[in-house]
Amino acid sequence: MAEVLVLVDHFDGDVRKVTYELLTAARALGAPSAVVVGTPGTAGKLADGLKAHGAEKIYVAESEQATEYLAAPEAAVLASLVESVSPAAVLLAASGDGKEIAARLAVRTNSALLSDVVGVGADGVQHSIFGGAFTVDAKGVTDHPVITVRAGSIAIEPTDGAGAEQSVAMPELDPSRQAVVTAREPVVAGDRPELTDASVVVSGGRGMGGAENFGIVEALADSLGAAVGASRAATDAGWYPHQFQVGQTGKTVSPQLYIAAGISGAIQHRAGMQTAKTIIAINKDPEAPIFELADFGLVGDLNTVVPALTEEITKRKG
Amino acid sequence: MNIVVLVKQVPDTYSERKLSDSDHTLDRESSDAVIDEINERAVEAALQLKEADGDGTTVTVISMGPERATDAVRKALAMGADDAVLLSDDALHGSCAVQTARTLAKVLGTLDGVDLVVTGNESSDGGTSAVPPMLAEILGLPALTHAREIAVDGTTITVRRETDEGVTSLRAELPAVVSVGEKINEPRYPSFKGIMQAKKKPITSLTLADAGVDAGEVGLGNALSQVTGAAPKPPKSGGQKIEDGGDGGAQIAEYLAAEKLI
Ligand SMILES: Cc1cc2nc3c(=O)[nH]c(=O)nc-3n(C[C@H](O)[C@H](O)[C@H](O)COP(=O)(O)OP(=O)(O)OC[C@H]3O[C@@H](n4cnc5c(N)ncnc54)[C@H](O)[C@@H]3O)c2cc1C
Ligand SMILES: Cc1cc2nc3c(=O)[nH]c(=O)nc-3n(C[C@H](O)[C@H](O)[C@H](O)COP(=O)(O)OP(=O)(O)OC[C@H]3O[C@@H](n4cnc5c(N)ncnc54)[C@H](O)[C@@H]3O)c2cc1C
Repeated sequence: MAEVLVLVDHFDGDVRKVTYELLTAARALGAPSAVVVGTPGTAGKLADGLKAHGAEKIYVAESEQATEYLAAPEAAVLASLVESVSPAAVLLAASGDGKEIAARLAVRTNSALLSDVVGVGADGVQHSIFGGAFTVDAKGVTDHPVITVRAGSIAIEPTDGAGAEQSVAMPELDPSRQAVVTAREPVVAGDRPELTDASVVVSGGRGMGGAENFGIVEALADSLGAAVGASRAATDAGWYPHQFQVGQTGKTVSPQLYIAAGISGAIQHRAGMQTAKTIIAINKDPEAPIFELADFGLVGDLNTVVPALTEEITKRKG
Repeated sequence: MNIVVLVKQVPDTYSERKLSDSDHTLDRESSDAVIDEINERAVEAALQLKEADGDGTTVTVISMGPERATDAVRKALAMGADDAVLLSDDALHGSCAVQTARTLAKVLGTLDGVDLVVTGNESSDGGTSAVPPMLAEILGLPALTHAREIAVDGTTITVRRETDEGVTSLRAELPAVVSVGEKINEPRYPSFKGIMQAKKKPITSLTLADAGVDAGEVGLGNALSQVTGAAPKPPKSGGQKIEDGGDGGAQIAEYLAAEKLI
C-alpha cells in the first residue's frame, strides 16, 4: 500500500488535535506516515500519540533550523520525502502555516494543491466553499497531490500503528532567501474551547455596544461550555480580539449550536456560521437578516435577554 | 524602491456567489466584480511605504484576470499607484493556484528590478493563500506572510505576522514577497483628483504570449487539480421568531431544552 505523508502539527511538545484528524483521513488513501519537523528532541514527545492514531512510520527531521525560518524547513523536508517515497498524497492542516508549507511544496514537486478540504476519499476530496453555500468535489490530476484539511472536519478514529521511526536529513536552506523568525508569541489557549472546535459558540456583534459588555456574552458561553465569537464590527472596534472573528475573513465555525447576540447577519458573517446545526438570534430589530436563518429568533434587548438566559441555563443545570 | 502590488478582481462578497453549471468555475457574470478588499489594503501598505521612502519609490499594480479587471486596476491607480500591468487571456480561464502563481511570476519577470511584491494574504473567492508563498518559491525569494505591520529599512524588511497560531516577527533581505492581513491598515478612499489622474495613468495590457507563457500550460484543461462536481447547499430557512415579552431568556432556554441542547 502506498504511503501517505502527514505533516505533524505540534506545539510545545504536544501533537495538535488536527494531526489525528489527518492521520484518520490519510487511511482512505494509503498507509499513514507521520512527518515530524522540529528542533532536536521533538519527536520523542510526540511518537506515542502518533502511533496510537495509526502512524505506520514516523519520519523525523530534527534540526535547530526547523524553527529559524518560516515554512521553508517543513517544505524542504516534505519535498525530499516526496521524491524518495512517492507518496499517494501529502496531508497538512489548513492553518496559516500548513497552507504556506503546502503551497511551497506543490510548486516544488509539481503537484496539485487541494486547499481547505472537508473530506478525503479514494476518488477525490470535498471542499465546502463560499461559507458552505456550495459543496465541491475535486481531485488532483498529478502524482502526490498536496491536500490541506480544515480542522474539525474529520472524526478522529484511533488505531494502532507500527510507528517505525526513521530519521531524515534537514536539507540545507540558503539563509539569504528565507524569512528569518526573530520572535514568536504563540496564542495562549484560554479556558474556553477552541472556536473552530467548539460544539457551542456564542457570538456578540456591534449591538454589544462596547468591550465591557462582552462580559455577558462570556458568562453565557461559560454557562454552556461554549466558545466566544464576534462579528467583524465588534473586532474592528477593538471590543474583542481579532482571532475570535467569525465570518468570511475570520473563522468558519460549524457548531451544534450558534447563538448570535446583536449581530445583524451580514452575508460575510453568515459565511462563517451558516452551517451551524441550530442558530439562535437575539436582536432588537425584527427585520435583521440574521432572523432569516435563525431556528429560533428573539426580538429583544440583548442587555436583558442574555443575562436572563445565562441565569436560566445555570438554574436548569442545578 | 520598486514595489509591485498584486491585485485580484473578485465577485463582490455582498452578492450571492455562484459556480457556473457548465464547468464549475466561478460564475463571474452572476455577481458584481470588485477589487478584493484585502488588495485595497495591499495597495495602501505599498503607498505608505512609498510615502515613507520619498520620491525614489514607484508602485506598480499587476493583475491577472478578464478584461473587466481593468476596473480593479483603475481603483488601485486612483488610490495612488503609479502604473499597472493587466494580463488578460481567455486561455487563463479556470487556472489553478500553481498555474496562476507561475503565470504571475512570468509577468513579474517582465518588470525590471522589483524590490518588493505586496499581495493580500488570502483572496475572498479562491482563498487558498497559496499564491504569495508559491511566488516566493518560484522566484527564490523570502515570503513574509500575513503581515500586520511592515517596516523597510534600507534593504531589510521586517514584518509582524499574525495568524491564528500567534504572532511571529520576521526579517528578510529584499527583494521579497510580503502578504498583508486584514488588520494591517484602513485603505484610503480615492480622491476625486486621484480618480481623474488614474484615467491617464498607463496600463500595459499583456497577453500570455507577451508574458512568455505557453497557453498549453494554463487554463482549465491543463490545471493540476480538477473540479469534478459541485452542488449548492439548500439555504437554511428561518424558524420561529418571537417578541420578547419580558421572559425572552427563559423562552430561549425552553427552546434549547426542547431541542436537547441543554
Ligand atoms: C470583504 C469583507 C469581509 C468581511 N468579513 C467579515 C467577517 O469575517 N465577519 C463579520 O462578522 N463581518 C465581516 N464583514 C463585515 C460585514 O459586512 C458586516 O459589516 C458585519 O458583519 C456587521 O457586524 P454586526 O452584525 O455586529 O454589526 P451591525 O450590522 O451593525 O449589526 C448590529 C446589530 O445589533 C442589533 N442591536 C443593536 N443593539 C442591540 C441591543 N441592545 N439588543 C439587541 N440587538 C441589538 C442591531 O439591530 C443590528 O442588527 C466583511 C465585510 C467585507 C466587505
Ligand atoms: C472556490 C474556489 C476554490 C479553489 N480551490 C482551489 C484549490 O483547492 N487548488 C487550486 O490550485 N486552485 C483553487 N482555486 C483556483 C484558485 O483560486 C485560482 O487559481 C486563483 O487565481 C489563485 O488563488 P487564490 O484566489 O486562492 O489566491 P490567494 O493565494 O488566496 O490570494 C492571495 C493574493 O495573491 C494575489 N493574487 C491571487 N490571484 C491573483 C490574480 N489573478 N491576479 C493578481 N493577483 C492575484 C492577490 O494579491 C491575492 O490577495 C479555487 C478557486 C475557487 C473560486
